[in-house]
Amino acid sequence: MNSAQAVETKPDQRTETGSNWRTIAKWAQTLGPLIALLLLVVIGVLLNPNFLSWNNLSNVLTRSAFIGIISVGGTFVIVTGQIDLSVGAMAAFIASLMIIVMNQLAQSGWPLPTALIAGMIAGLVVGLLAGVVNGLLATKGRIDSFIVTLGTMGIFRSLVTFMANGGTLTLDSGVREAYRPVFYDSWLNVPIPVWVLAIVVVIGTIVLTKTRFGRYCRAVGSNAEVAHYSAIRVSHIRVIAFVVQGFCVALATLLYVPRLGSASSSTGVLWELEAITAVVVGGTALRGGSGRVWGSIVGALILTLIGNILNLTSIISVYLNGAVQGIIILGAALLQRSSRTR
Amino acid sequence: MPPKPQSPPEPAASGPSAAPVPTLAASDVSKAFGSVAVLKSITLSFQPGEIHAIVGENGAGKTTFVKILAGMIEPTSGEIFFRGNRIEMATLRGMESLGVRFIHQELNLAEDLTVVENIFLGREVAKGPFLDEATMRERGRKVLAQVGADVDLDAKVKDLRVSEKQLIEIARAVAQRATALILDEPTSVLTQREADRLFQIIQQFAEAGAAIIYISHRLEEVKRLAHCITVLRDGHLIATRKAGEISPNEIVRLMVGRSLQDLFPKKNYNRDEEYVLEVRNLSVRGYVTNASFGLKKGEILGFAGLIGAGRTELFEGVMGLRSVSSGTIFKNGKRIKLSDYPKALRALCAVYLPEDRKGKGLVVSFDAQTNYSLLGLERFGAYFVNRRAERAAFKRAIEQLQIKIPDRSMPVSRLSGGNQQKVVLAKVLATEPEIIVFDEPTRGIDVGTKAQIYHLIAAMAAEGRSCVVISSELLEIIGLCHRVIVMRASRIVASLEGDAIAEDEIMMYATGLKQAHSPFDQ
Repeated sequence: MNSAQAVETKPDQRTETGSNWRTIAKWAQTLGPLIALLLLVVIGVLLNPNFLSWNNLSNVLTRSAFIGIISVGGTFVIVTGQIDLSVGAMAAFIASLMIIVMNQLAQSGWPLPTALIAGMIAGLVVGLLAGVVNGLLATKGRIDSFIVTLGTMGIFRSLVTFMANGGTLTLDSGVREAYRPVFYDSWLNVPIPVWVLAIVVVIGTIVLTKTRFGRYCRAVGSNAEVAHYSAIRVSHIRVIAFVVQGFCVALATLLYVPRLGSASSSTGVLWELEAITAVVVGGTALRGGSGRVWGSIVGALILTLIGNILNLTSIISVYLNGAVQGIIILGAALLQRSSRTR
Repeated sequence: MPPKPQSPPEPAASGPSAAPVPTLAASDVSKAFGSVAVLKSITLSFQPGEIHAIVGENGAGKTTFVKILAGMIEPTSGEIFFRGNRIEMATLRGMESLGVRFIHQELNLAEDLTVVENIFLGREVAKGPFLDEATMRERGRKVLAQVGADVDLDAKVKDLRVSEKQLIEIARAVAQRATALILDEPTSVLTQREADRLFQIIQQFAEAGAAIIYISHRLEEVKRLAHCITVLRDGHLIATRKAGEISPNEIVRLMVGRSLQDLFPKKNYNRDEEYVLEVRNLSVRGYVTNASFGLKKGEILGFAGLIGAGRTELFEGVMGLRSVSSGTIFKNGKRIKLSDYPKALRALCAVYLPEDRKGKGLVVSFDAQTNYSLLGLERFGAYFVNRRAERAAFKRAIEQLQIKIPDRSMPVSRLSGGNQQKVVLAKVLATEPEIIVFDEPTRGIDVGTKAQIYHLIAAMAAEGRSCVVISSELLEIIGLCHRVIVMRASRIVASLEGDAIAEDEIMMYATGLKQAHSPFDQ
């Protein structure tokens, strides 16, 4: 009896079936978005043979680029356990500002390319600053990010209305003509926005999975207290996440302005919800702590495909687009839940 | 022996042996999870008025056994009896309706509700469709007075201290007239004095005729409180003895197969007069007033005191984890500016092991390796994390601390308490610190792992690192530390060395019965 050794590992309390079920749930959660995307592609092909044409596919990808780029930033914000509701209004604000700057500079005799570049730089700077403001309010101001961005959303939105004097800000036709290629041109037969999206996704994935910052984002989102006791500057990480989001919004907007051609108070309405949906459908936990950039892009593609398929067919009314998207969100949430509660 | 009438219940004073019908009994109970047998054919009975302690290491099956008694887990085989009647298919609700109350290791209260709402949670008194607030308040007040809890009925539970929460749990049991009370490690979050009060309450319960089933790691309190002690090991019932007939040493021997003296390493300390760390007049608003002390090279400095005396807050202030209102800090005689923890880590070369393992030490959803490298991640690269170097370093840490991890990718929430604590230890030690602050380093872990941690701390000190041990377990402070500082009510009240490091001496300072003029104070 006294020769017995101390037994200190706890007996494993899982049953075999429980373990199998967990594996299946985990697997479904990991690959769920991809499977859903494949399913949509199959449905698309069945409904309309033109679906897989390069024309249609590059159209879908280009349309996804806007929400896709924003959702890469959104992934960082959500992984750190926060949320940014201001992205739609921020995009409209940045678009308005870029239009004003570009028109003004072109009218005052600047060469068009210079005016365009100055406008783009102004847009990026404003995006970064907007991120800093959101981040500082949420950390130093100790206001929940939901409330902070609800507030800044209202401010951005109303500034757009103010700058447009209640109407619409339109890009001068000469400027627009010069700006067109940024959205409409292709390189190696792939539209520019799709290239930019691809680059943003690759960089975003590397940052989130391979760097110290990415690791800290997950730690802060999982348990900010533990992060604090692990010598991580929690506020810094949170502010940077918002700045990344602001940059992504500005980048997406400057690609999109030539297509929009104008900005008004109704520009970008509900885009924040599409971006958040893309992130969550892609498998990033809304409570923070775990996420993946590629998932958010798959989420954005799923959202665009639903609209695209409804447009190509007449089985379900296009007006039900929102309802189908809603069902997809709920499905994604159910999948996340099943793997969390075991 | 003629059978005695069942009521009134047997008073505890005359001893448990006189009571003929056990309140609760288990007959040949076994439990297996999948293919792993956790309990092997346990037969044991609990008499009314008897305080019956169950001791054993983590994984011995104690908690599983009492959960079966409480109807929370179904046994694989065997029978449960209540007052001699066999219970078919025991459920938590069914057992509760018989008055069997289980008080969890991790308290189970609705944090956002008030005290009175918690006491009557699930058993609200109603008048028609409406709650009868007046009656509940009246009865709630009585019950709180009975357990000696001095809390406001309308206070939210989340604003209470842990010890008060425990009393609320017990008040719930009282309000529902317990026939049997099962307590799983109730004192792991309490100070000595709070524990003493709990013991009084438990004794009152026993005197009123309830059967008490008491699980604990702490042998002194088991010895003091229990009438009867059962030792479990590896799911087997090793022995049941009268408390008076067994020494703590023998209990440990039965539990782990080694004796108490072996728990602590020999105190080896070559006196060094140089202070590595000196703190002068440090104050943390609301927690610490003018604390001054020094820490020497290779020293193990204990910080004793009651919970809430300000020990944790003092060191959180020193480490930049909490803002301080005044005070200066010197490292090797050079003044260091206080700021945040990352700076303290660099400038002081000091780390802090938090007392709250799951709340502050570990991201429970991360795997062990990610947790291990989270503190000082920059050593694996300024921007990119070098996974290969990280994995190699973690492998060395596993070997050094003998951490048992069945599957590298599983979240640390599924490791045992002892192994979780070792992961946190590995995490703070990996930064190669000169100063290590251990806050409650062995809370809620088994004896075997405790001994391992004590030896580790001693080894760290022998290498010339300076260690601070904050602990509410006096045995630990006395067995381990070269010098002990006692705090009371946010102030440092004594610094003890040599033979002065004794239980009574420390307790007298900690509770304010003895007030000395510490050379450091003012």
